[in-house]
Parts: sequence; C-alpha cells; structure tokens
Amino acid sequence: MNNGFNRRRRNAISGLAYLLCVLATIIALIPLMLILFYVISQGAPALNLDFLTQLPKPVGETGGGMGNAIVGSLMLIGIAAVVGLPLGVLAGTYLAEFRSPRLSWTVRLLADILSGVPSIIIGVFVYTLLVLTMKHFSALAGGVALAILMLPTVARTTEEMLRMVPDTLREASLALGIPRWRTIVSIIIKTAGGGIITGIMLALARIAGETAPLLFTALSSRTWPTGLDKPVASLPVQIYTYAISPYEDWHQQAWAGSLVLVIMVLLLSVGSKLYFGRKMRSVR
Amino acid sequence: MSFINNLRDKFRRAPRPARERLGDTLFRIIAFLAAATIVLIIALLVIQLFRGAIPSIREFGAGFLSSTEWDPGNDLYGAWPFIYGTLVSSLLALLMAVPLSLGIAIFLSQFAPRWLRSPLGFIVELLAAIPSVVYGLWGIFVLAPFLGETVEPFFSGHLGSIPIFAGPVYGVGLFSAAVVLAVMILPTISAISRESMLNVPRDLKEAAQALGATPWETIRMSVLPLARPGIIGAVILGLGRALGETMAVTMVIGNRPEASASIFAPAYTIASVIANEFAEVTAGLHMAALIELALILLAITLLLNLLARLLVQQTGARAARGKDKRA
Repeated sequence: MNNGFNRRRRNAISGLAYLLCVLATIIALIPLMLILFYVISQGAPALNLDFLTQLPKPVGETGGGMGNAIVGSLMLIGIAAVVGLPLGVLAGTYLAEFRSPRLSWTVRLLADILSGVPSIIIGVFVYTLLVLTMKHFSALAGGVALAILMLPTVARTTEEMLRMVPDTLREASLALGIPRWRTIVSIIIKTAGGGIITGIMLALARIAGETAPLLFTALSSRTWPTGLDKPVASLPVQIYTYAISPYEDWHQQAWAGSLVLVIMVLLLSVGSKLYFGRKMRSVR
Repeated sequence: MSFINNLRDKFRRAPRPARERLGDTLFRIIAFLAAATIVLIIALLVIQLFRGAIPSIREFGAGFLSSTEWDPGNDLYGAWPFIYGTLVSSLLALLMAVPLSLGIAIFLSQFAPRWLRSPLGFIVELLAAIPSVVYGLWGIFVLAPFLGETVEPFFSGHLGSIPIFAGPVYGVGLFSAAVVLAVMILPTISAISRESMLNVPRDLKEAAQALGATPWETIRMSVLPLARPGIIGAVILGLGRALGETMAVTMVIGNRPEASASIFAPAYTIASVIANEFAEVTAGLHMAALIELALILLAITLLLNLLARLLVQQTGARAARGKDKRA
C-alpha cells in the first residue's frame, strides 16, 4: 500500500489549516490592541479633573472639558432606561410566559429585525415622529431613540432568561394557589433576575456609545443640560464633532472623551459578564 | 407548563376568586401591550419614512435610484453614488472579514485548547463593545494616514493600470472605510458562526474521526456542511451591520458623492449623507430625498435581516432535531 505519503500529505493539509486559523485569530486581535493602545496613550494625557467637570471652552482657548457631555449622556441613558426597560422586560415576559404561538413568533421575529435596523434610521424615524411635531430638538427625543434601540435586546434577553427557569417552580407556585401574575412577578422574574440585569447592562453599554441616532434628535449643546425639552450634549456626539474639527487641542479632547466612553462601556459590559458568570456558577 | 394549562382547561369552570382573575387579566393585557409596542414601532417606522419620502418619490420616480446628480443648490437629487458607496464598502469589508471570522470561529470552536476558548472569545467580543465613534476616531487619525502612506501607494504604484487600484490616493476613501468596517463586523460574524459550529452534534464529528479523518477533514466534511446555514446567516447579519454603520464610515470615507471605479477614491454612503446633511435641512425636497435614502437603506436591511434570522433559526432547529434522533 502506498498510503504513507498520502497520510502525510493529509496531515500536512490539516496542520496548514490549523496554522491559518491561528493566524486569523492573531490578525483579528491586532486592531483591538491598536485601538486600545491609541485610546489610552492619546487620551490619558488630556484626561484630568477639569476635563470631567468643566464646560467646553470656545475655540482658541485651551482647557475646558466635556462635563456637560458626560452629564448629558447619563441623562439620555436615564431617559432611555425609564422608557425602554419596563417595555422591554414586559414584552419579554409576554413572549416567555403567555405563549400564543403565532403572535409570539411574529413579535420575536420583529424584535430581531428591529435590532438589525441601522441606528441612524431610528434617528430619522424619531426626528419625523417627535422633533418635527414638537418643533425642536430635545433630550427627550434622543432618549426615546435610544430606548427604541435597547427595546429588542432587553425583550429577547428577558425572554431567554425566563425560559431558563424550570417549569417545576411555576407549577409549585400555581399549585399553592398563588395567582399567575404573582407567580410571574415575585417568583419567575425574581429567579431570573441576575440574567435579566446582565442583559439590561449590555443593552445600556450598547446605547451609551451610540452617536448616529442622537445627531438630529438630542443634537448637541455647549452648556449644561437645562431640561428634557432642550437640546443636550452627549459624549459620543461631542467626540465626533471634535474629531472632524480642524483644531489640534479639540482632537486631544476627542481622544480623552473616547477614553472616558470606552471605560464606561467596558465597565458596563465586562462587569455584567463577570457578574453573570458568578451567578451561573452559584446556580450550578 | 402545558401540563398545568391542560389542568386549567379541564377545571376552567371551577370558581376562582374575582380578584385573582382580574389581576391575571390585567397583567396579561399590560404584557401584551408591551409586546405589541415592538410591532407598532416597526409599522410606524415604515409608514413615517414612506410618508416623509413621498415628495421625492413624486418628483423623481424610479430615476432617483439611478441618477448620479446630488445637487442641493439646484434641488436635484439622485441616489446612485450613495447606493454604490454603501454596497461597495460593505462588500469589500465582507471580503476581508469573512475569511478571518471563519478562521477565528473554527479555531475557537474546534482547535483551541479548552482553557483558551472563553478568554479568547471574550476578547473578540470586546471588539464589538467599542463604540463606532471611537473606531472612527482611530480611523481618521491612525488607520487612514497609515493606509494612505503605505498600502495604497504600493497597490496604485504596482497595479495602477487596473482601474480599481488607479488614481491618486488620499488615505480617506472606500478602502479605508472597508477596513474599518471589516474590523467592526468581525466579532458579529465570528460569534454567530462559532455558535452554529458548536451546535453540530458531537457524534457526527466522532464518526468522521473514527473513519480516520484528520482534524481538518473532520471540520470540512462534518462540521462545515451542517453549520453552513448558520454561517451564511452570520455573514448576512454582518453585511446588514456594515450597510447601516454610520459614524466610523462617515469619518473615513471622504464624503464625496461620486461613484468611481477606484477603491482608493473618496466616496459616500447612504448612512453618511444622512448623518451629514439631515440636521441642517428643515423641509422641502432635500429632506424628502434624504428620507427616501433612509427608506432604501431600511428596505435593504429589513430583507437581509429577515433572511439571516430564518437561516440561523434553521441551523438551530436542525441541530435540535439531530439531538432528538439520538435520544
């Protein structure tokens, strides 16, 4: 039999495929390292207390910060959470607990589709819906746009987490004569709480970095936020404005802003994963 | 759960306290309304964009899609340069991202030692968490100058006679946008493909191994064919993300409404022109044209997402069926 050569050839091909896969993984990690390196090395020197607490200075004056944008971002995320979280959690509950096959299938599919709609289109949508009717840009419009973006994620994670709760728990509770809605609210949702919170934090991390839907809903501002019906600055939009400006010290500030934003987003997403990981282990 | 429902149906006539029934009904209605909001949003989205686009549809008709004129000064609008820029930048990005993502997915699901899998997967997911405006910032100040000084002159110097590499290089342009997009969609494609490769039943792999297949042959003959619908779904989802990506692209594509053959030339995408011009117009044909562009992008991404979801669902279902058969 002349199989020795053939076998060696096949092993060589397999080894080559292995090497290519390792190479692909390494190549993919390079941009991540580069981005983190630049954000830290360019951003850290410009980052100080003034940057976090001061208003932006007019062009030409050095110093100043993005304090208003940081507060504005928190405000927008807050509005989005108030609008989007109850809707998302309740919609997820409906999908998991009241199973009417056809409607659930439709809602689930539409939620997946909604999460794939480009965020800039959500911005245009909210503009035609709220900004045109209220006749001015506002923090409220920006928050609603972000809420729409987080709604499908929150609904789908809630659904998946509720489905992981064993049916025996539901049956035990119902058998004790506890009404269905109490069973869901105080037993099922409470049991799945850790997972739902993780999903919520991931959704918040995603919308914290969104820029496109805010460009023509919350717009921007160079002063502290004054109200829900006024335009408001946000960290991502401020970074964008500064990045495409021709001024060197604004570029510095854009890097510092990116560092703050990346830290915020990573804390939310990494934190939620670690939290959830521990939660899962303790369940097991 | 169905056991309980059956019991409920059987004893439906048994009296239950009125308060309990009221609570259940109320809760059900509230949850239903929340779920219906999602349906309502999609419906309103389509209606609002369509209504906003009507003036432009009336004025330009189907010619809007093919016209290359974008001249707000004379109120003339055509979508072709933007459609071209959007499609070409996204397809170029796919060309770079798909082989890399498949390599990562295969490595993470088949080759990597167990202790390395979850930390590596986690790091790749970090790429997905970085906001797009930060990618854009890195794109303008680091990546585009780098590509403009090294990679692009090399190609246009040696292969400049081929139209796609011809012409002056600026750094900003289709190619830079495609590279940034490729980095951004890589985590999406690799995560979902890895998932569908992990879904392939273990006994199929073991069967191939028992027949003497090498690791790569096992992957090629038993893992990849079964994971294929999921992988295709992942690629389509990545494409959808690339088509709609706004900030990073706007910052590096050069924003010039021209459909030129060279991949190093500045271009423009649908999402970018909306980002740049929408806040400044207040009404009239210009706004209607921008909304019609949004409607076109929405139509493309809706179709792609629908297709991708159905494909991904299909692999999940097939894997589940495979498991049932064994039981």
